[in-house]
Amino acid sequence: MISASSPEPAPGRTKLAIRGLSMMFRGADAEVRVLEALDLDVREGEFVCILGPSGCGKSTLLNIVAGFLPPSSGTVRIDGEEVRGPDPRRIFVFQERGVFPWLTVEGNIGFGLGRLPKTERGKRIRHYVRLVGLEGFEKAYPHELSGGMKQRVEVARALAVDPDMLYLDEPFGALDSITRLEMRRELLRIWQAEKKTILFVTHDIEESVQLADRVVVLSARPARIRRIVEIDLPHPRDLSSRRYLELRDGIFEEIGLAHRV
Amino acid sequence: MKPRSPLEAVLLPAAAAAAIVALWWAAVAWTKTTVFPSPAAVAGGIADLARKGLLFAYVRDSLLRVAAGYGAALAVGIPLGVFLGWRPRAARAANPVIQFLRPISPLAWIPVAIVLFGVNDSAAIFLIFLASLFPILVSAMNGVRAVPAMYRQAGENFGLPRRALLARVVFPAALPEILTGLRIALGVAWIVVVAAEMIAVNSGLGYLVIDSRNAGKRYDLVVAAMLLIGVIGLLLNVLVQRVSRLRAVRWGFREEAS
Repeated sequence: MISASSPEPAPGRTKLAIRGLSMMFRGADAEVRVLEALDLDVREGEFVCILGPSGCGKSTLLNIVAGFLPPSSGTVRIDGEEVRGPDPRRIFVFQERGVFPWLTVEGNIGFGLGRLPKTERGKRIRHYVRLVGLEGFEKAYPHELSGGMKQRVEVARALAVDPDMLYLDEPFGALDSITRLEMRRELLRIWQAEKKTILFVTHDIEESVQLADRVVVLSARPARIRRIVEIDLPHPRDLSSRRYLELRDGIFEEIGLAHRV
Repeated sequence: MKPRSPLEAVLLPAAAAAAIVALWWAAVAWTKTTVFPSPAAVAGGIADLARKGLLFAYVRDSLLRVAAGYGAALAVGIPLGVFLGWRPRAARAANPVIQFLRPISPLAWIPVAIVLFGVNDSAAIFLIFLASLFPILVSAMNGVRAVPAMYRQAGENFGLPRRALLARVVFPAALPEILTGLRIALGVAWIVVVAAEMIAVNSGLGYLVIDSRNAGKRYDLVVAAMLLIGVIGLLLNVLVQRVSRLRAVRWGFREEAS
């Protein structure tokens, strides 16, 4: 039952190009190789999940792409330009722990909007408060919010500066499973509305198949790309459809996990 | 935090204080001491001081000295501590010196203070400055060092230049720990002002203690001074605690009982 029609984003311009990317860390008595010779292209507007077992180096990869870490060798180019540091055009979303606890919801969402005139700033804050469904909590502090709400604040803070890419590092890992499903749906809605290119790191196979246009499956450390799986399913995805299960099980097998626990 | 009833917040501590005063009174009556004053004698002593205009003047002088010394410690300690916390290499260089100076009691500096400033206000203020400097400096340094890398990265990600990163991310993130240092420092400053006033000046609550003892063994005034010192210390602590309840720093104090 393989659907012939391709999923929404038509093959577009290359946004991100990773070439020959390797990373080594100097350990106590030996060098630890974390990433080895990665090549990856991501198209504009694409939603790509980086999937791999815990500790395989996928967060390191995201940190390098975001410009927080310089790679040992290889290059990361975005729009043809080499990445040399963090950039407000591309925002990194941590788990909900990245929200600033000393600022209100409004203060957090407006954090990156310092250069805008006050009225414009207020307008944008209101827009993103609404987008992530936090009306009525504008004056609340993060410690007064639930984990899911904090995560929304962080996503809204990222979106408010209108970046063209979002990097998400296991953003929903700390949430309960129901909130996690809800957040995935919201993220997809936002992605479709705002047309961002998204790089999403996760160790959750189901999550990657539910969200991504393509899933990049990494090996254990040192991480190499084992396979790139096209998820040719339109949104909203039916999680009991034959094709969904087929793709999911294919990845399970690829990673070498049995079907039974 | 559990909301407390007014009974627990006010009545219980008041009852405990009343019990101690009653005990003190009973002990004085029972031992028939002529040296140690009864609560009534102390109350009389305080009234005496108020009549002579000394009560207000002494409290004011002590508070002004603390304000000067503590204020100077804030002005030096916070920027220096933030700088050291921000530059790990500078912190590694300075830390042994700080840790060496810190355990030396401010009282051990008294002779040095007198040599440097003479027997006057400046010597007392210097001692208060020294005593409060270290808790402030160390808490600012550690507070900045302990700021999670994630906050800095997020700040950098939004394109903040260094100065703005310090002002808008690092400092507010370190503020709860800095406030803890400020609170400890204010307590120490209040302890040290009393000691400094016994040696270097002739006004203030510390001077009142030593002068009442030396000039006519007025123990009612000695104990009156002690009571005033205690009450003002308590009020200062309450004041600083108020600051740490502000909502922008409240997140850093959630586990702390007040």
